[in-house]
Amino acid sequence: MRTDVNAFLGSYPFRRVPGTSPDAVLAAMDRVGLDEAWVTHLPGVFWRDPTEGNAWLLETARQQPRFHPVPAVHPGLADWRDTLRAAGDAGAPAVRADPTFYGIDPAGPAMRALAAACGEAGIALSLAVRFEDGRQRHPNDGAPELPAAAVRALIRSDARVRLLVTHADRPFVEEVHFGSTPEEASRLWWDICWIWGPPEDHLQTLLRTVGAARFVLGTGQPLRLPENGGAKLDLLDLPPADRTAIESGNARALAGR
Amino acid sequence: MLIDVHAHFLHDRTPRADWRERNASRLRAGERVGIGIHVASILGSWGATSPTYFPSLADLRYGNDWLLALQRQHPDRVRGYVAVNPNYTAESLAEIRRCLDAGMIGIKLAASRRANDALLDPVCRLAAERGVPILHHIWQHRRRDWPGQEASDARELGELAARHPRVPFLLAHLGGGGDWLPSLRDLRPLANVYVDLSGSGVDGGMLEACLDAVGVGRLLWGCDLTIETGWAKLRYLEHLLPPADLERVRWRNAAAIFPAGAFPSD
Repeated sequence: MRTDVNAFLGSYPFRRVPGTSPDAVLAAMDRVGLDEAWVTHLPGVFWRDPTEGNAWLLETARQQPRFHPVPAVHPGLADWRDTLRAAGDAGAPAVRADPTFYGIDPAGPAMRALAAACGEAGIALSLAVRFEDGRQRHPNDGAPELPAAAVRALIRSDARVRLLVTHADRPFVEEVHFGSTPEEASRLWWDICWIWGPPEDHLQTLLRTVGAARFVLGTGQPLRLPENGGAKLDLLDLPPADRTAIESGNARALAGR
Repeated sequence: MLIDVHAHFLHDRTPRADWRERNASRLRAGERVGIGIHVASILGSWGATSPTYFPSLADLRYGNDWLLALQRQHPDRVRGYVAVNPNYTAESLAEIRRCLDAGMIGIKLAASRRANDALLDPVCRLAAERGVPILHHIWQHRRRDWPGQEASDARELGELAARHPRVPFLLAHLGGGGDWLPSLRDLRPLANVYVDLSGSGVDGGMLEACLDAVGVGRLLWGCDLTIETGWAKLRYLEHLLPPADLERVRWRNAAAIFPAGAFPSD
C-alpha cells in the first residue's frame, strides 16, 4: 500500500496545470504506483469561502474509494465547527486550513481554536507551507508562506492535535521539530515532497535525526510531478520497514487509524 | 546512456566541511539513476574566499584544477566545464584555452556579468573557435536584481545567442527557480539555445510546455543540486516520449553539441 497524503483535485488559478481532474489524478497514481491519495479541492484554497469546494470533494471521494477527502475548514467563518463535524462524519483522515491564503493569522486565536477542535475531534489538521517555489509565483499570488513559528504555536495549543505539514523543507522541519518537546514532536508528521535528496541528502539526514516515524509520502500532485516521491525514496538506503512506514503506516497513525 | 549536463562538485577550499560526502553522494546517486557522465563545474571557492557568482581568478583556477583532477580520477563518468569570470577578459580566455586543452568540454558562465554584455563576446568567439557549448546560469524571468549575483534571464541570454549563432548555449536549470514559462516563450525562436531541465522544480506541466516551446531536439537532461528531481523528470519523460525521442533527451542532444568524442558512446 502506498498513500499520497498531499494531492489536489481541480484547477490552479495562477498557471495552467494539466491533469487536475479526478480521472487524470487517478491515472497519474496508477502511473507511479500510488494506491490511494488524500485529496484537497485546489480551487477552494483561493476562494473567499474555501469550504464551498467541500461538497464536490466529498462527493468525488464517495464515488472513488482511492480518494480520501481533506476538506477545508476556515476558522474565521462562523459555521466552521459544523464544517469540521461534517468532515469527521464523512470519514476524512484530516482537514486542512491555509490561513495565509484566508488572510488570517496562522497562529492567531482562530487557528488555535481550530487546532483544539481538531484535537478534540480526533481528526488531523493539514497545513501547507507553500504550493509553489516562491521565486516563480504569479505577481498577484502574494500570500505569505506558512511560518515555522505558527506550526510551533499550533502544536503547543492543544495536547491532542495532530498536524500534517506539507511542502516543508529541511530547515523548516528542523526548526519546528527541535523547537518542540518530544511529546509535541510526536504529534507532527511531515510530507517529503519539498525535502531534497542527494547530493545534499536532506531527507536522509532528517530520517536519521528526526526519525522515519515522522515522515509520510506526499507528492503535491498535480502541481508537482508525482514521480518525485518514488524517485526520492528509491535513492535512499532505507530499511524496508521504514519505507513501508513512510509510504503508508505513518499516514495511518496520523489519521488515527 | 544518460548524461547529466548540469552537475557540480565541491572541494577542500569551499565552506562545506562535508564536501567529500556531497561529492560521493552525487556519484553514488548517479550510479543508482544510471548517469553515465556528469558534466560538472566548480564555481571557484563556492563563496569561501570570493563570492560564488563573482569568483576571483585564483579561486576559479583552483576550482578548475580540482575539476580537472576529478575528471582524470573518473574518466568514465566526469567531464568538466571551465568556469570563468568574464570581467577578466584576457585571463578568462587563457583559462578556457588551458582547461579545454587539458580535457574539459564546455564553458560555464554564471552571474558575474549580464549575459547580453559585450564582455561576454570574446568568450563566445572562443567557444565558437573551439567548438564547445556554453552553460549559462539563468534566473528565469528575473524581475529585479537579486543579491549576490548579476543574474541573467532567457531574454538576455537570447541576445547573446543571437550574436553568436554558431555557439550552442545551455539555458541553465529551467526548474531551478524563477518563472520558467516566459523563458520558454523567449527561447522558441533561438535555435542555438538548449533547455537544461535541471533544478529542484518538478512542476506539473513544465515538461509539456518545454516540448511545446522548443521541441524534443533542444531538451537536455540534468540535475544540478537535486538528483531526485532529475530522476522524477526522467521518469515522467519516459511516459511522455517514444523511446527514440527519450534517447535524444537522455544523451543524444548533448552528444550533438559537445565536442566529438567527449562521451564514451559518442
